[in-house]
Amino acid sequence: MASQLQITVNGKRYRVEAAPDTPLLYVLRNELNLNGPKFGCGLAQCGACTVHLGDRAVRSCVTPVSSVRASVTTLEGLGTREKPHPLQQAFIDEQAAQCGYCINGMIMTAAALIKRTPRPGEAQIREALAGNLCRCGTHMRILRAVRRVARA
Amino acid sequence: MTTATISRRRFLTGGGALIVTFSLPLELGAQTSTPPERLAQYAWIDAWLAVGGDGRVTVFTGKVELGTGVETALSQIVAEELDVPVARIAIVQGDTARTPDQGYTVGSKTIDQGGPQLRQAAAEARQALLEMAAARLGAPVERLVVKDGVVSAREEPSKRVTYAELIGGQRFNRAVTKTAKPKSPAGYTVVGTAAPRVDIPGKVTGTHTYVHDLRLPGMLQGRVVRPAAIGATLESVDEGSLGGLPGVVKVVRTGNFVGVVCEREEQAIRAARELKVAWKDGPALSEMKELYQTMRGARTTDRALLTVGDVGPALAIAAKSLHATYEWPFQMHASIGPSCAVADVRDGKATVWCASQGVFGLRDSLAELLGLAPDNVRLVFAEAAGCYGHNGADDVAADAALLSQAVGRPVRVQWMRHDEHGWEPKGPSMVMQVRGGLDAQGRVVAWDYEVWTPTHSTRPRSEAGNTLAGQLTGRAIKAGLSGGDRNAKYGYVFPNGRVVVHWLPRAALRPSALRGLGAPQNSFANESFMDELAAAAGADPVQFRLRHLTDSRAIAVVEAAALLARWETRPSPKPGAASRPVATGRGIAYVQYENENAYVAMVAEVAVDRRTGAVRVTRAWIAHDCGLVINPDGVRNQIEGNVIQTISRTLKEEVKFDRARVTSLDWRSYPILTFAEAPDEVEIVLVNRPDQRPVGAGEPAACPVPAAIANAIFDATGTRVRTVPFTPERIKAALDAVTRA
Repeated sequence: MASQLQITVNGKRYRVEAAPDTPLLYVLRNELNLNGPKFGCGLAQCGACTVHLGDRAVRSCVTPVSSVRASVTTLEGLGTREKPHPLQQAFIDEQAAQCGYCINGMIMTAAALIKRTPRPGEAQIREALAGNLCRCGTHMRILRAVRRVARA
Repeated sequence: MTTATISRRRFLTGGGALIVTFSLPLELGAQTSTPPERLAQYAWIDAWLAVGGDGRVTVFTGKVELGTGVETALSQIVAEELDVPVARIAIVQGDTARTPDQGYTVGSKTIDQGGPQLRQAAAEARQALLEMAAARLGAPVERLVVKDGVVSAREEPSKRVTYAELIGGQRFNRAVTKTAKPKSPAGYTVVGTAAPRVDIPGKVTGTHTYVHDLRLPGMLQGRVVRPAAIGATLESVDEGSLGGLPGVVKVVRTGNFVGVVCEREEQAIRAARELKVAWKDGPALSEMKELYQTMRGARTTDRALLTVGDVGPALAIAAKSLHATYEWPFQMHASIGPSCAVADVRDGKATVWCASQGVFGLRDSLAELLGLAPDNVRLVFAEAAGCYGHNGADDVAADAALLSQAVGRPVRVQWMRHDEHGWEPKGPSMVMQVRGGLDAQGRVVAWDYEVWTPTHSTRPRSEAGNTLAGQLTGRAIKAGLSGGDRNAKYGYVFPNGRVVVHWLPRAALRPSALRGLGAPQNSFANESFMDELAAAAGADPVQFRLRHLTDSRAIAVVEAAALLARWETRPSPKPGAASRPVATGRGIAYVQYENENAYVAMVAEVAVDRRTGAVRVTRAWIAHDCGLVINPDGVRNQIEGNVIQTISRTLKEEVKFDRARVTSLDWRSYPILTFAEAPDEVEIVLVNRPDQRPVGAGEPAACPVPAAIANAIFDATGTRVRTVPFTPERIKAALDAVTRA
């Protein structure tokens, strides 16, 4: 049954109504209209739904909303068109997207990596992104974009 | 989200009775199934573009953005002709009520076929604007110049008028006469530049609207419940199994189509999962392990694509002859975002937002499915995750339409991952067999090629039966035979040659277009066999190819790729390679897409771990000639994508199925290339040919990839692999077999 839950997303506190086992992804998308995180698999296999809980990158498709204690950051909270996060700017500079459906996960995963390890090496970047799938084959550009920030 | 209150069609036809007197661009008629009376509407400039009161230009195109960057490239084409900045152009794509029908967005044909139509319309618009400006400024057209949408007199710059002042918000009411001459490529300043993609800032900040992100007032969420087996029929639905689940609005059952509609998305997912449905199995599928054998033994419709000289006697007297058989499995589009659509069907009218590659054909298909007149059905394209061909985008539109019709409210449907993997149409399996002969000088004297393939296209072109929902409600697929013969013909000059396609009447799984259709598979066979012949002749693979090429553009890309890769001239395999635990090697392949479009040559470098059989493509070098390049960075992005995606298809991908259903239902059972496995480097050289027709770059670079990899594996190990995917188990087995022998 639906319950009243409180979550903090992108610095704002929200009261939402949802069944406790509802994946965070659907609350973000359908209740808060945050379209950055995407449904890709619902199985934590592809990374399209990645958001930050505190400083950690997590898969919102398998995270029950009632388990969320830390504040949530989505792609929209990371930066905006007017004030992009350095990674968002790097993805624009490297033109690192084709369809762009996976890009939320790429940026959110890389942002968590860089927060944890400010100057990651090539192997660390590839390792961090290993669970994020891209079907358009934009890998080389995504790597270039992350390197651009990692080496800044 | 709003629905236009005035239909674009009414707007388009507002030109009156005169319209039928204007002739149509010929190429438009040739590529669309749209009836002539509808095509007549597109003879007006207003059908293609409008200048707003703020000077912004709205372009109406039937071509759609599938993630390949055509929105940007088409904007550049219009910006170039009109002399307005790209940033001032907005593109309305694929809307049956607002845009022209430019056929399907497929086959790397958007720039090639869609581009000229927009270029001509923009040139006509510019001509019309110049004439208006001439009258306004009192200066002849020849003395006028345009910059950023401002027309001024060359000698008197104070005499100026903007496009917005000339026509802002009003119709041109002028026909596309084809008398306006588009600019010469020599003077291009926008086309040919790496204009940044217009969609990327939105895509990296979460503000780009995908079809998945549409939310209509009162919208419900639907999910489909697919049959337990392919071809299964519905026995019963136990609605009681949903007892107590919150938010259930309706369980929809029509024929064998079953779906649920709920208030919230998570409720619909749960209801679809928990609904108890009994199915009766359909006819058993073919045994997967006998797939290729079954294909070879099937009754086929045979077509000769090419006959030169007489291959039989030529093979008989050849100094050396070889034969080989190559196999390619079923593969899937595997879009990262499962297919999604939103439909609003009520009061005898329907509007469906979806990511179809052909909204006009699908409109007619959905009209049949819904029992509505096509004029009462509007389809609006909204971007989805990359589709790479005919994936579930059309099917989910039909699902959403049926569910919305059943509840009389807007319904959004997104497939689950298992729906997408299990039920999207698959790129079908193929078998290729080649026999070839060499003369004493090591030249190819005969080439005898056969391919076994089902059709590669079952798109809905007006038939409801070409959607899953249509099939589940009792309609049959209707499709011709196409796509499997793409690039079956070799790209060299041989004195004797024969190419035959054996069309299979059906496929084990529903087949349809996957990037390049049969071209990557046929190119895999052709270019692997070319390498086998080179090895038999003791020749360097690059030199051997050049020996059999006469087309200067073909020679140029082969030489450019070799140069870029610092190709070492010697025969394969590499001397001494067999002794190292991790063997490295390089291979080349060359393809002209569809034997008449872009030229691509690729060198792959691989590392083969003999202990595990794991193959990694460490480097790739590509030379690419697609004629006039509209946007070099866009072309590079497409080439990189083709290369990486096809490395994935070649090394890893095979759809598995049992006697009843697809069993590759997630990313563990259908893995694709990861970042750890991606190459260290992909280097590209673009051979720009401004004097040549611009052709597509969305598919050609996929074609040489499989053979370049197979040839590199041979170079590294001396072992030839002829069945895709080159999984570690398969490579290990092939290496071990050679060691034992």
